[in-house]
Amino acid sequence: MTSLLTFPKGGVHPSEAKNLTSGLAIEVMPIPDELEMILGQHIGAPCTPTVSIKDVVREGQVIAEVTKGLGVPLHAPVSGIIKGFGMSGHPMRVSAPSITIQTDHAAPAVEYAPSAWQGLSREDLLAKVHGAGIIGIGGAGFPSHVKLNPPPDNPVDTLILNGAECEPYITADHRQMLEHSREIVEGAKVILKILGIRNCHIGIESNKPDAIAVMTEAAATGSTGEYAITVDPLQVKYPQGSEKQLIQSITGRKVPGFALPSAVGVVVHNVSTTKAIYDAVVLGKPLYEKVMTISGKGIKRPANLRVKVGTRVSDIVAYLGGVTPELAKVIMGGPMMGFAVSSLDIPVTKTTSSVLFLAADEIDTTPHSPCIRCGWCLEACPMGLEPKEIALYVEAGRPQDTGQFGVFECFECGSCAYVCPAKRPLVQFVRLAKMKAKR
Amino acid sequence: MWTVVACLVPPLVLSVFIFGIQTLIITAVSVASCVAVEAATQKALGRRITIGDGSAVITGMLIAFVIPPGVSPLLPVLGAVMAIAIGKHLLGGLGYNIFNPALLARAFLLATFPVAMTSAWLPPLSDLAIFSYLGTTIDAVATATPLAVLKTQGLAAFSEQFGAGANLYTNFFLGWRPGSIGETSGLFIVLGGLYLLYRGYITWHIPVSMLTTIALLSWGFGGEGLFNGDPLLAVLSGGALLGAFFMATDYVSSPTSKTSQLIFGLGIGALTVLIRLKGGYPEGVCYAILLMNPLSPVLDGFFKPKRFAPLQGGAK
Repeated sequence: MTSLLTFPKGGVHPSEAKNLTSGLAIEVMPIPDELEMILGQHIGAPCTPTVSIKDVVREGQVIAEVTKGLGVPLHAPVSGIIKGFGMSGHPMRVSAPSITIQTDHAAPAVEYAPSAWQGLSREDLLAKVHGAGIIGIGGAGFPSHVKLNPPPDNPVDTLILNGAECEPYITADHRQMLEHSREIVEGAKVILKILGIRNCHIGIESNKPDAIAVMTEAAATGSTGEYAITVDPLQVKYPQGSEKQLIQSITGRKVPGFALPSAVGVVVHNVSTTKAIYDAVVLGKPLYEKVMTISGKGIKRPANLRVKVGTRVSDIVAYLGGVTPELAKVIMGGPMMGFAVSSLDIPVTKTTSSVLFLAADEIDTTPHSPCIRCGWCLEACPMGLEPKEIALYVEAGRPQDTGQFGVFECFECGSCAYVCPAKRPLVQFVRLAKMKAKR
Repeated sequence: MWTVVACLVPPLVLSVFIFGIQTLIITAVSVASCVAVEAATQKALGRRITIGDGSAVITGMLIAFVIPPGVSPLLPVLGAVMAIAIGKHLLGGLGYNIFNPALLARAFLLATFPVAMTSAWLPPLSDLAIFSYLGTTIDAVATATPLAVLKTQGLAAFSEQFGAGANLYTNFFLGWRPGSIGETSGLFIVLGGLYLLYRGYITWHIPVSMLTTIALLSWGFGGEGLFNGDPLLAVLSGGALLGAFFMATDYVSSPTSKTSQLIFGLGIGALTVLIRLKGGYPEGVCYAILLMNPLSPVLDGFFKPKRFAPLQGGAK
């Protein structure tokens, strides 16, 4: 067996817990009666609504536009009526401004048909990606058209598709690769054409052999003289799917601090984002649906669902038969990087990859104790930082002095907190430090 | 923490068969006083009482392990006050104490009860008569530790008393020699240490660098002339093995980065040999570790982890 690609420094091996949903095909959830469209779904300033109350909107119509800075437009996921403007629950920001749409269940679903894209210019393709509201849906919500338009002084030679899906429980990307391999490869070709390059690597952790097989076949079919697309099996190690770690695993290149991947000639897109780019360019369908994993022992029926963006978590719970008596904690996102939420009245955004309903035996509620300086966090940190020192400084009331330990290089993967024998909430200490410290 | 306790049980059980049942009594008193002192101190300081975490139990066992088997069972009570109340909690509490609490207790007892701490050594039992030392006057049976014999009477007297060659190594490795309660069972200490390594609780860096340094320096300077010493004997003597696996690896008082740990172990090894060969005491592991403990944060300050991608312009 050949050795699998991986990154050299740090990383942990949490239990995967993916078997709850990895075998379940993506299921389309019936459209709920109401959707809440949060205006700030991407990195950058929130969109400004372009509709008014009681307006009739059609599925796929733009309902909010970018007026300043970075961003992408927002589309109506259903045909219906604008019910109002208000505040919605948000896993990170507590609450965020949103538009509520009342679904018109009688309206027929919009049909999309593929069209030839090969003849379109780079600018036309970029405009389609932007116009369809595509953002990095695997993580931070960075507008995709910006990534696809790297600064001219950073020549890019490699596209990496991120199919690592290293977070425990989540199987949404896994199912997308199994069920939409051809669309993902076609999307990769669109990206390669926009970037004007030839090479694409699809990184997939080796715990998804079926996805590796399907994607390898699709990549071989899709590779022509013009494009070389290959699948790179990766070692199972968290955080393999982190952008900087993935680039190092596949190309051996290290992205400098604060730089974008294009600084080392690489552009990275999540496989599900690539599928969305296919939808946008080939089908002309904007991004307003989301494949997500609902899992954990706290939900009656775990599932991989295709839902409309704006669907409330409470509607998903009702559709899946409710929660079980064992439910102890609800997390939006993965167990390593996600956010615990105290309400189910929170709508799904373009970047919500999962909602986990965890039972008491799936979480650890041991109260944390003082740092005993075992140094395990130093070994676990993929960025070579000193989480224990950051936490001690925050506890001692000196968060402003944590820059020396690399607090701003931390991307909050949670590996340190995972290994900490004193159960210290190290990521929370880091977030506090980032808020108080100055760059 | 409880895994470490479990790893300390085999050497303790063996010590009963080497030095008699009173090792068990001393250890029980030591553990009970450490837990009691921890609870009392935390209550007095208004901190959360954490006697359930096993940390005080380990300290109690380790205090007993580093004192002679012939002392009064009340001695570890004082040791517990020094280790837990002063060494641990008044110096900051769990995670902040500078020195290894158990060794601080030993140093304190050595200074306050020098006669008992340097003469209450018992000859190993050969007949499993584990009750035979109970009620006897220690003076009647007391002996000297191998390192003390070697230091004060020389190699000839040492060989006469403890034998030589393979027989000597076997006895020392199994633990049949005079010494502190828990330090003699080389075999069980190494097994316990290897288990901690296997479970990932400790890494090899400190034990290997400390023991290698002791072996090399003892080989170089421990005999007549240069490169004539006995490295194996040096490692099997005194508290070298116990110190290497269970004392120097204490998370709180040892450095966290691997480079620092290697230097930390090297420093302990060098100081140990220096004290053994040139100092006033026959054994130096305890003071060597206590001297290196406060250097841990300094070493960590020098040898930081290699950052993946440090920000340009440096952090302030």
